[in-house]
Parts: sequence; structure tokens; C-alpha cells
Amino acid sequence: MSTAKAQLEQLPRAMQVLLALGALALAAFPLVPLEAADFYLQMLTQMMILAIFAMSLDLLQGVSGMVSLGHAAYFGLAGYALAFLTPADAPIPLWWSLPLAAAGAGLAALVIGFFVVRTHGIYFIMVTMAFAQMVFFLFFDNKALGGSDGLYVNFRPDASALGIDLENKTQFYYLTLALLLGIYLFLRRLLFSPFGRALAGIRVNEHRMRAVGYGSFGHKLTAFTLAGTLAGVAGYLWAAQTGFVNPELMGFHMSAHAIMMVILGGMGNFAGAIVGAFAFEYVMHVFKDLPAIGGFDTGKHWQLWMGAFIVLVVLVAPRGLLGLGEKLLKRRGRASE
Amino acid sequence: MDFANFLIQLLNSLQYGLLLFMLAAGLTLIFGIMGVVNLAHGSFYMLGAYLAWALAARFGNLPLAIVVGSALAVGFGWLLEWLLFRHFYHRDHLDQVLLTFGLIYIFEEMRSILWGDDVHAVAVPEAVSGSIALTDNLSYPVYRLVVSAVCIALALGLYGLISRTRLGMKIRAGAFNREMTEALGINIRLIHGVVFALGVALAAIAGMVAAPLSSVYPGMGSSVLIMCFVVVVIGGIGSVRGALVAALLVGLVDTFGKVLLPQIAGMAVYMLMAAVLLYKPEGLFKQ
Amino acid sequence: MSTRRLVLTRSAALIGAASSGLLLPQIVRAQSDKLRVGFMLPYTGNFAPLGVAIENGFRMALNEQGGKLGGREVEFFKVDDESNPAKGIENAQRLVQRDKVDVLVGTVHSGVQMGIHKVARESGVLNLIPNAGVHIATRAQCAPNVFRTSFTNSQPTLALGKAMVADGRKKAVWITWSYAAGDEAFEGFEQSYTAAGGTIMKKLSLPFPNLEFQALLTEIASLKPDAVACFFAGPGAAKFMRDYAAAGLNKTIPLYGSGFLTEGVLDAAGDAANGVITTMHYGDSLDTPVNRRFRLEYAKAFKLQPDVYAVQGYDTGLLLIRGANAVKGDLSNKKALYAAMEGAVIDSPRGKWTMSKAHNPVQDIYLRKVEGKQNKVVGVAQKAVADSGAGCKLS
Repeated sequence: MSTAKAQLEQLPRAMQVLLALGALALAAFPLVPLEAADFYLQMLTQMMILAIFAMSLDLLQGVSGMVSLGHAAYFGLAGYALAFLTPADAPIPLWWSLPLAAAGAGLAALVIGFFVVRTHGIYFIMVTMAFAQMVFFLFFDNKALGGSDGLYVNFRPDASALGIDLENKTQFYYLTLALLLGIYLFLRRLLFSPFGRALAGIRVNEHRMRAVGYGSFGHKLTAFTLAGTLAGVAGYLWAAQTGFVNPELMGFHMSAHAIMMVILGGMGNFAGAIVGAFAFEYVMHVFKDLPAIGGFDTGKHWQLWMGAFIVLVVLVAPRGLLGLGEKLLKRRGRASE
Repeated sequence: MDFANFLIQLLNSLQYGLLLFMLAAGLTLIFGIMGVVNLAHGSFYMLGAYLAWALAARFGNLPLAIVVGSALAVGFGWLLEWLLFRHFYHRDHLDQVLLTFGLIYIFEEMRSILWGDDVHAVAVPEAVSGSIALTDNLSYPVYRLVVSAVCIALALGLYGLISRTRLGMKIRAGAFNREMTEALGINIRLIHGVVFALGVALAAIAGMVAAPLSSVYPGMGSSVLIMCFVVVVIGGIGSVRGALVAALLVGLVDTFGKVLLPQIAGMAVYMLMAAVLLYKPEGLFKQ
Repeated sequence: MSTRRLVLTRSAALIGAASSGLLLPQIVRAQSDKLRVGFMLPYTGNFAPLGVAIENGFRMALNEQGGKLGGREVEFFKVDDESNPAKGIENAQRLVQRDKVDVLVGTVHSGVQMGIHKVARESGVLNLIPNAGVHIATRAQCAPNVFRTSFTNSQPTLALGKAMVADGRKKAVWITWSYAAGDEAFEGFEQSYTAAGGTIMKKLSLPFPNLEFQALLTEIASLKPDAVACFFAGPGAAKFMRDYAAAGLNKTIPLYGSGFLTEGVLDAAGDAANGVITTMHYGDSLDTPVNRRFRLEYAKAFKLQPDVYAVQGYDTGLLLIRGANAVKGDLSNKKALYAAMEGAVIDSPRGKWTMSKAHNPVQDIYLRKVEGKQNKVVGVAQKAVADSGAGCKLS
């Protein structure tokens, strides 16, 4: 097997400032008058939801060292939970449906985690993928669960208890932003708590941790369940925003995209997951909208550029964008002395 | 279902299982010997199928297309290993997952650019296009029997190669202890190239041979990849024997599941996997 | 300059650049006196030929009228929906919110249609459905701004049952993919077949788009029905017919189906399709002046033989022309626009048809038989078949 990497857990000062500025820009965005503002508002909301999804995977992958190719299962399950809970004629309250959906996803993670966490390395990767496919087929094959065509979420949840109207795109945006920042802060606290330190230790050398007395199965299962629950929060928001769920949300491609977002940004510090999610989605949009060059429909073949981009990132920036940034800053710091 | 139909369903399971085995064998070999997880394995299957279609259209002759296609696949596998995979043996599994996922995208698009996105049928060669009457209203296509025979032949060939030849001996040595093998003067890089090319070729040949049965369509790589992974997990990573047993099991569960319990047919195979993992977390035939 | 100041100034510049960079994916817009038509169709994947045929037919209808709608020039926008339901809403919104189209023409796949339908109902944009037959769009979730010019999934099979019983096939097995189109096709078959006195022995299905029929064909043989009725479309349909023949079933158990079984796939299916009987709202060999002229012109313009999808695209164009002309290009005059389209009688290559109250075609369903790689229309299976429109509140 390979040696575990030390992750970029503490970001350099300059980078922290940059990220804080980014958060401010996000908060200020709805106030900028733009043509087609609605479209960009929705696009950014979607990116933020995916950032939450990526952060949940980062807990698993970056911090605990468990590479899951089936994380989207929990994302999709929570979305479906919202679709099933919402009746045809009225919205349901956010205050209990969100925790319920996330808990449902967490429960699924607990059950599947029980089977899956005992495996290691390549096995873990394969079985997480296989279990996610099982969930996928459960929904895909059964008309009662919506089948391959999916289900509508007839109404956005009712958040009037919080004084927000989720049908208003701007208010939905701010709710998502608040959740994003809240989860980020929670995860940062977790990272430096005893539990988080134990997880990092397990990632670096599991045998040593066990020798010292930490029950790694319990820790890993807890991390897996927590990651699944947070993925559920993201999935719930996705279903609420798009109003539609289908089995692809739990599929292999969705899981793989999440892994890429986390890697692209830089693993282990959660800010990287956010950066990675935004960067990945942005790059995908850019590739899809490429104009045709001399009769060759470049935009149509966006997957080619995306694939090349991924290969490039793996070869050139194994620590992701934040890792690259950190290297550049170090070099700059040394040069200015 | 009466006894005759039961036997025919058994035959169906066997044929499907054998095809799965060809794919899983390549995947498990590559992983067992080089430690590389390759998500693009399904793409090799797809490339094989499209190659068979394109070459058969050019030569008007499927067997010739398969021979030429196999040679091309071996060359392609060799090149891929030399250019790219060689540098990833010691990298994180995560990096390998990512790299091979990127490759999936690239292969899909190359296929789209070279051969388009349409679904194509590949004609069964005239000589074996008949059917054998098995009951009073059901016949079994001869070509499916041919496919099974080809898979069995390749399986036996693989067994012979690994356990009866010097090359196989070197491969097994390299899997057991790489440094020692290198120290003994064996060119381990060559071995790895050979194994990778072999794995690619097996997947591609599976695609070529199955093309008349499954048709040639864009999504065929991903649907077969998942099944392949399940087979490898059940059988045990690195074990070719395990891959065979697991593939046949999966064939049985899938075929009878479709007919007896269509509601859970899609899930049945995964339930099998979960059951195996409960008792043997590293597969049936752990290396 | 200190590192901190450097970082701050650089980052401010970066954010400024990024926010203008956000505008990069936008298309530079032309003047707004052009009428914007958005195509959301599959241009890649299994259904790509259908998407292309629909667009071809639509453009042909427009070009026959001088390329203008209600006197206005037309600007086209395209989005490839990749037949991916997960991206349905996102893709529809690109056309509606970013490109601000006046009309959204789409799509083929019913799962994707659900996404479009949601966006159409929320935004009120005029949505013309050139193929997807998912029931709910013109039943419980019908909308004044959504019109369908194709069929509902159960319409072709509503006419199939009677035809089969008339041929003496009293016991049948049904087989299809388990997705909305297959399930809804079954609804029509079950209704008409049992009403005519037939018995459905078993309902077989396999996941979409699985092409491994072997196990189910063996099961059909063991059941020994009088006939098999099915719904398959595209290359899967060709494969099914080939596998059916390779298993020798075509010799003892005749095969019937919803017309899509034999649409556009007869070359691929070859001799295996001979004798297959289907019902559909169109047949290539319909011997009417309108159809003959349409087929000639289409072949000249696109160097391809037209199929039912091209006809549906063409009729979509005809419908829009009718509506746009009635309001002289002012699509914001919704009441008049909808009224014109609701009252239209479309003189289509498939025959004359009208709009039902729920905005779905009321049309004749033809009986066809495959002979020598062609669908020969042998008669009208049922006249003026209308979808029930159950639950639709438009009146």
C-alpha cells in the first residue's frame, strides 16, 4: 500500500484571508445587479450544496483516510426522503424534515458502514461502490420508489418557523450559505477535537493507534455515519432546490464527482472541499459552453476536456489547488526574505 | 418452470458468468499483481466492442476482426501501461481511482469522436448464426455456445499460462515479492507490462466476442464495470480462481433473479455480495 | 511590498476578474425583436437520431413558411439533454432563464420531460413536447402553456388489444423495460386487451436499458402463450426482435407491439422483423398526398428518410406557426396564443389531428405489418383515439 500523506490542515495566513474574502463575496453576490441573476443565483446555490457534500466526503477521505466510491448514496437517500415526505398538496416544515432526512441518511450510513468499515484499502473502495449501486438499483427498479424516472418534490419545505420563505431564491441562497458556513465551522472544530485527532491518527497509521488503545472500528464507523448524515443535509437541500430526485443522484458518477471535488481543492481541511466544489463545477460549465472551433463541437465533447483536466490535476497537483497555493506562497515567502 | 427450461436457464447463467469472468480475471490480475485499481477496465470492454464493430464492417468478417482487434488491444494496453500506469503503482489508491476515472471520460469521448454515439448491431458470423432446437418452441443460438467455448478456452489458457509456464512463474514471483524477483535479475517492468496488456486484452476480447450478443452502445462500459467489481469483491482480489467461482455465482443469481423475482433482480447480486462479506470480508478466495 | 498587502491586492483583483469571468459562459445576445426558440433534445447518446430528426422536421415546417414565425425572425438555441433526467431541470433552466427563450421545444425521454415540465409550469414558458409520452404531462399535471404534438405512451397500445383478439390471440405475455414509457404502454394494452376479452398470462420486465433478453425469452417459451405483446424502442427493439427470432420463438408465438418496436430499426433487425404487427399513430407507407410530399421534401432536404419523430417535429413546427400567426408574433398574448393552438386542426403527414382538452393529440392509430424491411400500413386499428386526460383541470 502507499504511505499516508500528511494533510494540509492548517492553512497559511494569506490563504485564510483569501478564503474569508471569498466567503464575503458569496454573501454579497445576491446584491450585485446582473442580467439573468436568477440563473447565477441558482448555479451558486447548487455549488454551495455540492460544497457541503464535498466537505462531508472530506471528513471521510481527507481526515480518516477512507476513500468511498459510494458516498452519493446518502446524498440521494436524503433527497428521496424529502420527496416521499412531501405530500402532493402542501409543503412540510423544514425544522423537522431536514433533521429527519439527514438522520435517515445517517442511519443508512450506519448500516452500510457496519459491513463496509471492516474492510480496508482497495476493498473499501470497491464495496462502498457496490453498496451504493445496490441502493441505486433499489430505487431504479421499483416503480413504487419512483423508478428510473425519479420523483417530484412538489413543494419546497416550509421554513416559516425560521421566518424564511424558501420559494424565494435569494432566501434559499442565504439559508444554504448559512448551513455551509455552519457545517464548515463544526467540522473545523471536530478536526482539532480529540475525536478528530484520533481519526487523523488512524489515517496515518491504524495499527499504531490500535496498539495505543484506540478502537479504530468504532471511530471509523462514527466518522462514516457522521459523513453520511452531512451528505444527507446536502442531498435534502439539492432536492429542495431542484424539486426533483432520481436514482442518478445516488449513482457512481455522483460519487466520483465528489471525490474529484475534494481532491481538486485539497484534502483534510474542509476549505479545500469548498474550493474544489466551486472550481470543479465552474470548470465543467466552462467546458460545456466552449464554442465550436472550426467545425469541431468542442462543447459537446466536454467530457474529454474534463477527463484531461482530472488527469492533469492528479499528475501536477496531487494536493489540490490549496496545496498548490500553499507551495506558491512558501516560495514567495522565501524569496522575499 | 419445467425441468427443460430450468436447464436452459442454467445454460444462460453459465454463458453470462463466463463472460463476466473474462472481465473480472483481467481486473483481478492487474490488481493482484500490480496493486493498481483500474476503473477504466469497463472502457476496455467498450473499446473492444466498438473495435469489433468497426473492423468487422471493414473486413466483412467478424473472426478476422477479433484477431486483429486483439492484437490492437494488446498493443494499446502495453502503450497505456508504459505511458501512464507504470508511474502510478506506488501512488495512493485515491490517485489511481481519480486517474482512471479521468481516463473513463477520455475514452468515452474518444469513442464518441472516432465512432459516434449511435448504437450498433454486429452481425453474428454466418457459420454460427443458426440455432439449436432445445424444446418444442425454444431454440438456443449457436453463437452463444461459441462465446462460452471461447471463454472456457481463454480461461484454460490463462490457467496454463500462470501455473505451467516460466512467464507465469515469473508473474507469480513478482506478485509475491517484487524486490526479491528484481534482485534475481528478472525484468519486473517487462512482466508488469505483459500482465497489464493481458488484462486489457481479456477485457477487449470479451467485448469483441460479446458484441453480437449485447449490441454496441455508449454506456456498455459502465454497466459492466460495476458487475465486474462485484465479482472481484466476492471472489477475492487477486484470485483468478475466485473470480471464476464468483462470476458463475453472479451469473446464476442474476439470471434466475430476473425470472423469479423481477422486483429485486437488480439488487439480488448485491445482496449476495453483502452476504459473502459478512462471513468473509476479503472475498471467498483471499490471496 | 509585504506579503499581506500583496495577497490582498491580488485577491481583490482575482475576485473582480472572477466575477466578470462568471459572465464568461453567457452567450452574447442579439437584439430582442427576434423570436427565440429553444431546442432541448438529445444530441448525444441512444436517442440522438431522434433529437436530430425532430429538429429537422421542425425546421422544415418553418422553412416552408419562409422561416418566420408570425412575421418575426427566429433565433435558435440548443441544449443537449443527454437523455439524463438528473440534469433535466438544470438544462431546461439554461434555456429559460439564461437564454430567455420564448418557446421550449423538448424532449424525447420521459424522465427528462419531468424536469422540463417542472420548469415550464413554474416559469410559464410555452413548452411544446415533440415526443415524450409520459402521461402526467397531459393528465394530472397538465398546464395551459404545455402542448404535446406526439402521443401518450398508452395511445398506441390502446388500439393493440382489440387487434390481437381479432386475430384470435386470447392469451398473451407482455414484456417491456421497467420505466415510465414501458409501464404506461402496458396501461393502454391492459385496458384494451382485457376489454376485448384477452387474458394477460404474465407481465415480464427488465431494467432499462438492459439488452440481455435471453432469460426472459426462455421464460416466454415455457409459458406457451398465443402471442407476445411488447414495448421496446430504438436499437433495443431491433435486438429484441433478433433475439426473439434466434430463439425460434417467432415460428410459434407471433410478436405484436407498440409501433416503436419497428420504427427506424428495420434495417438493423433484418429478416427477424418479418411479420411483426404493430400499432402506431403513423406509418411510413401511409399513402396520402400530404405524406408522400412530406417524405419527398424531407429526403431532399436532409438526405435521410423521415420517420415518426421527424413527423412529430414537423407537426410541432406547424402548431407553433398556427399559434404565432394568430397573435402576429406576439407570444406574450397568451390567451389568444393558447386558443389558437387548442383549436388547431393539423394537416399532418400522419393524417388530420386535433388537440384534446388536456393538450394532447386526438389521432387515428394505424395497424402495420413488417414486410421486406418496411412497415406496411394494413389499416386503421382505431379512429380518433384520445388519451383519457384523467385529472387534468383544463377545460
